[in-house]
Amino acid sequence: MIRSKKSLRAFAALAGVAALTLSACGSSNDNNKGTTGDNGGSKSALCGKNLAFLGALTGDAGALGQNMVNGINLALKQYNDKNADCKISLKTFDSQGSPDKAPALATQVINDDSIFGLIGPGFSGESLATGKTFFEAGLPSISPSATNVTITQQGWTTWHRVIGNDDAQGAADAKYLTETAGAKKVYVIDDGQDYSKGLAGKVKSSLGAAAVASDQISVGQTDMSAVVTKVKASGADAVFYGGYYTEAGLLAKQLRQGGFTGKFMSGDGSEDPNFVKVAGAAAANGALLSAPAGPAPAGFAASGLYATQAYDATNIFLAALAAGKDNAKDINAFIGSYTGDGASGPIAFDDKGDIKQSTIYVYKVADGKLDVDNPEAIK
Amino acid sequence: MDLGALFGNFNNFLDFTVGGLVIGAIYALVALGYTMVYGVLQLINFAHSEVFMYGTFAVAWTFVLLHGTGDASWSLGRAVPILLVALVAAMLMSAAIALLVERFAYRPLINKNAPKLIALISAIGASFALAEAMGLRDRFAKWFGLDDNLANYVAPNKARDVYSNPVSIQPHGLFHIGGYSVTDVDLVVVVAALVMMFALDIFVRRTKFGRGIRAVAQDPEAAALMGVNSTRVVQVTFLVGGLMAGAAATLYMMKIGSTRQNAGFLLGVKAFTAAVMGGIGNLRGALLGGLLLGVMENWGSAVFGSEWKDVVAFVLLVLILLVRPSGLLGEALGKARA
Repeated sequence: MIRSKKSLRAFAALAGVAALTLSACGSSNDNNKGTTGDNGGSKSALCGKNLAFLGALTGDAGALGQNMVNGINLALKQYNDKNADCKISLKTFDSQGSPDKAPALATQVINDDSIFGLIGPGFSGESLATGKTFFEAGLPSISPSATNVTITQQGWTTWHRVIGNDDAQGAADAKYLTETAGAKKVYVIDDGQDYSKGLAGKVKSSLGAAAVASDQISVGQTDMSAVVTKVKASGADAVFYGGYYTEAGLLAKQLRQGGFTGKFMSGDGSEDPNFVKVAGAAAANGALLSAPAGPAPAGFAASGLYATQAYDATNIFLAALAAGKDNAKDINAFIGSYTGDGASGPIAFDDKGDIKQSTIYVYKVADGKLDVDNPEAIK
Repeated sequence: MDLGALFGNFNNFLDFTVGGLVIGAIYALVALGYTMVYGVLQLINFAHSEVFMYGTFAVAWTFVLLHGTGDASWSLGRAVPILLVALVAAMLMSAAIALLVERFAYRPLINKNAPKLIALISAIGASFALAEAMGLRDRFAKWFGLDDNLANYVAPNKARDVYSNPVSIQPHGLFHIGGYSVTDVDLVVVVAALVMMFALDIFVRRTKFGRGIRAVAQDPEAAALMGVNSTRVVQVTFLVGGLMAGAAATLYMMKIGSTRQNAGFLLGVKAFTAAVMGGIGNLRGALLGGLLLGVMENWGSAVFGSEWKDVVAFVLLVLILLVRPSGLLGEALGKARA
């Protein structure tokens, strides 16, 4: 917790000292390696070393982490097939997506000398819980999936993500509602969690006068009758919900049963087939669910949400390797100035570590099914 | 604060009120389980929320069994045959779980004359064990090699996730009060809850078993001397509470349609609050407390915003207890007039 400017300054100074010390250590290591490794000519000192993945592999969100590992392994396989004399492998650290479990794993990662880069952390909570550790150790990281806005506002210069943040998504969603869906009066609802409030708040501020009113439900709430009455009384022709699929589904269902006929939109927390199951096919039809990730390009050999982002993140590290970068500082500088076209779209980072240009997609529910293959890109 | 949202428009006022009465009726039915056990044993059965939760799963499973997993949207009339089977299944399931709790979490302690606090903690333990068992049902099925056969029921790797009734019941407007359209689902929930309540009230006041329950509630030792089998009475109390929870689960699934392994927790807290508000140990108090809580939540949502609804409900509870420490109708089960 940073409570005052004074302690913020003290923190910044400490962090600066830590970074200096670490980079000093880093360079002395390089010198040692330089005398042995570089004699051979082109072979990097990082050959035979590892990338790390930190994220959920088991638990409620385990499937998402598995998708990411599939993407990483695909990139590593393609690289290793071409560079048989300089193989890179993956070490995985299963946090179950929990901010409580991630810090201990982060310590393991930074104490493992064979790890030169991190793909992850998977989620925003664990990213915030471990960012300082990785930053102070100087380990460069690229997250395929953590979207909370505040992560890149901490000054952790080793932290990057190849996915649009919640602000980008909120602004795009507001634009889509008013320009494409033709909504004039939007009722904005969230569930009070950090992610949900951030996303819904950005939608509301981007909508400006088109946001008629807002309300907040709670996680686990199942009876939405009061909110439904309020939405109807406000005369809104669209509802935006920031939150996850269970409450989103119940809200969509009870809005339709209460006679609401306008548009229903929600963000990536609701982009899950379970949304349709909870809402029921009849109420789910026509729902718009946005996400900062598009479908994989044709012929892409790893499937699932975030697989393309993880694939791209891995390839950036491998590109750094191919460019002859062999220490954390150089790799981090390489990532910062990287530009290229990945499987998930064009990639370049701003000075905070956010992706410069991201496309937000709208997935639609039609005929009682969430169409995951043909989303519409918000332009 | 926005009093206009609640009182500015009469139709909105009715909307908020009726919505609250419907969910309040479900609170009331669950509250009966807390109140009955408290009345007889002076113990709070914290596992009762899980008794309810197992009932909601029984309803969804019945629909999967008799209809399949195909997503469908039915009118209430079309769903009635399966709903009736589901009602029986949920009542049996909830009653069975309630009896299990009584047999393993209470009876051994009561027989040993353990302090009441111990039984309370044992009930909390039973509650966790039951909720986690539901959340791990895919693993249990795997042990027996049944995870493929039962995939639609145990949801492999998704057992802790939300579980929905494949058939969603579409309510239809029946008649209007002012501008508010009362739907068949709302009407069935409220009427069914009231009927169950009156049936239970008559059971406790007019039958031999009911007299036994009241006798044990008044004075367990004197009742035992008069030949009342107190173990049997406690069993019947849990059984009846379970049956009511099963009925509540059916109404809940009719209205909400989805459940999960921790669905009982929040509803249990609300139902327990309703029981305390009306006067714990008092059957009619449970009804009054449930309806009042449901309505106050919606009025609170309207006036202060939905994030304040629980604050409103619990401030009201505190105020009621300050004025009437034993609840609105604060009368114990044993003193109910015959």
